[in-house]
Amino acid sequence: MTRPLVLRGGRIIDPSQNLDVAGDVVVIDGKIVHAGPRGGVPDGAEIVDCTDAIVSPGFIDVHCHLREPGREDVETIATGARAAAAGGFTAVCAMPNTDPVTDNQAAVGFVVRQGQKANSARVYPIGAISVRQEGHALAEVGEMVGAGAVAISDDGRPVASAQLMRTALEYARTFTIPVVDHCEEPTLAVGGAMNEGIVSARLGLRGVPTEAEEIMVIRDILLGRRTGGHIHIAHVSAKGSVELIRWGKDRGIAVTAEVCPHHLSLTENAVEGYDTNAKMNPPLRTAEDVAVLGEAVRDGTIDVIATDHAPHHYDEKEREFADAPNGIVGFETALAVVVTSLVGPRIVDFATLVERMSVAPARIFHLPGGSLARGRPADITVFDPAREWVVDPAQFLSKGRNTPYAGRKLRGRAICTVVGGRIVYHIAAQEH
Amino acid sequence: MTSPLGKDLLALEPLTPEQIGLILDTAEPFKEISERAIKKVPTLRGSTIVNLFFEPSTRTRVSFEFAEKRLSADTVNVAASGSSVSKGETLVDTARNLEAMRIDMVVMRHGASGAAQFLAQRIESNVINAGDGTHEHPTQGLLDLLTLRDHFGDLRGLRVCIVGDVLHSRVARSNIWGLQKMGADVAVCGPRSLLPNAIAEFGITVFDRVEAAMEWAQALNVLRLQLERMTAGYIPSLREYNRVFGVTRERLERADHDILILHPGPMNRGVEIDSDVADGPHSVILNQVTNGVAIRMAVLYLLAGGRPELAETAKSTPGGER
Repeated sequence: MTRPLVLRGGRIIDPSQNLDVAGDVVVIDGKIVHAGPRGGVPDGAEIVDCTDAIVSPGFIDVHCHLREPGREDVETIATGARAAAAGGFTAVCAMPNTDPVTDNQAAVGFVVRQGQKANSARVYPIGAISVRQEGHALAEVGEMVGAGAVAISDDGRPVASAQLMRTALEYARTFTIPVVDHCEEPTLAVGGAMNEGIVSARLGLRGVPTEAEEIMVIRDILLGRRTGGHIHIAHVSAKGSVELIRWGKDRGIAVTAEVCPHHLSLTENAVEGYDTNAKMNPPLRTAEDVAVLGEAVRDGTIDVIATDHAPHHYDEKEREFADAPNGIVGFETALAVVVTSLVGPRIVDFATLVERMSVAPARIFHLPGGSLARGRPADITVFDPAREWVVDPAQFLSKGRNTPYAGRKLRGRAICTVVGGRIVYHIAAQEH
Repeated sequence: MTSPLGKDLLALEPLTPEQIGLILDTAEPFKEISERAIKKVPTLRGSTIVNLFFEPSTRTRVSFEFAEKRLSADTVNVAASGSSVSKGETLVDTARNLEAMRIDMVVMRHGASGAAQFLAQRIESNVINAGDGTHEHPTQGLLDLLTLRDHFGDLRGLRVCIVGDVLHSRVARSNIWGLQKMGADVAVCGPRSLLPNAIAEFGITVFDRVEAAMEWAQALNVLRLQLERMTAGYIPSLREYNRVFGVTRERLERADHDILILHPGPMNRGVEIDSDVADGPHSVILNQVTNGVAIRMAVLYLLAGGRPELAETAKSTPGGER
């Protein structure tokens, strides 16, 4: 049994119970026993000074790539879980585009066990929608859920077949899990390396129009309407998608959506100079899209901020732009990018940040956590909202170094991450 | 010695009008060398240049090689067949190997946009972009500018229309930037499926009908239509392309003024351009080829640190000006 823990003297923000108060969070036996003004100190408790810090329910990342099994040279479940904890995440959901694909109960069980062994941030597997993510036969969803899968997705291999998506949405209803779709109309997106627009035209790079995303967003929403299944739109990048999601929500369709920190902070201009660390799918769009996405986080049209953490080996990115793989690492910069890009300019407040990074992910993916209410698992993030730091990829706990934020000065940093009442990350331990 | 162009020539978009003007002016004295019986000056004696062609090219490679040899450089041609992906060695390894051989310049043709910049950022040698993907082909743009200037005297206010597959054309991009910077009025014409969707944001005129382009233009730069565009579904057929967008004698004769005809080659006669236009009195297609050598000599000379005002004397002074 772990020692009791007191997170003392922080600003407690817990939107799940409309809490924003100075005080202590007290943890015994891995559960929250108190979150509010000055609590008692249990015998033998470890005390963490949280002065000037925000104490919130632990962040949950519903979209990441941990590369295990298959590409352990790039990331493992253990290194990924530790990097997540260093970013303030107490739980992450791992996408199934591994090698072999996580498309059956044995593969799901492997991810669960590796996650437990990592003994850091919790790792929840997302199972594939289709066998080998080939877009044809539905995978054994029920067995995967039984083994621990919390959602299904063919992320990385968008579902081209509307019929398969329809079936997945219908079938998933039995298990009350979201179907997560990477929305990309494949014939429009084929060969695309960046957003289609003036920058792609100038650089001579093949562009992906926003319509490639929007067409699939509305397809999925309409199939959600038909089936009553829960469609979760992954990494929304385009203004038009936000309008379509709003349309769906206004009609009571079970659609939720996530956005990534990079789509909230960077534009297609980051590709100038053919910087492969600005290459991701969906691509960075325009300043107008960035503004609309930030507003959608504020008003709740977009429910969740997720990282799409996608580590790559450095020499895979060190090549011609069109040939470089998509994706960037995100665990260790997500909080700071959101604080710097959204809270700093007063687009959202800290309560909204915690809602979108903790409370909503737990609610939408039916996960434990997302609340500091008495009796809940003690998954807690302590972060310094004002701490400034310069991104140095060499310091990442992730094996991945592929980030467009290298050298950037950002504000906001996780200082202590608690999972099940146990401190899995403390920044002081990293700094000496 | 820093050249007035910087270390590399990667694209025309980042150049100033003064830099472009300098290259064109420097090319003038080099034209004459190619007219001599002994077409060689010692300007780049002792320099080693690698012509690194990842895509097949005859015209551009030969033009560079003549330019290098007429300046007395030692040249090596490397034809790396196949795409960068199918090839075993990565471009970064190729760059490191070249660097290790202490060469002075690399002329590179590559199928990926940005490849020349990628190379230039990783080696100290001068890099000349001989065409990167669908991005730019700066020496082609420059030789087109020189050919137009030869004919019209001044590029300011000149109305030039680029006709054809602008979407996939590095020649088009280099022409658009080069012409704009030199004060010309630029237009494009072609099927909308072969124009960038954002073409209006380039600040140029777009003609949907080639007849209207001809009414407007003083010169047409007719792009090669890659035959694979038809199989990829951008246009229904080459036959229809010729009927709707082909630069034909009938169409030219309907315009009320003479129109100069340029083409970067190689031509698909009977597709984007008819033979009697290509071989006709207003075609300067072979002048372009001649000017290509002079432009490339000028670029090599300037990047090697040659001073523009000495280009004239470089022709005759043994040892040249390095």
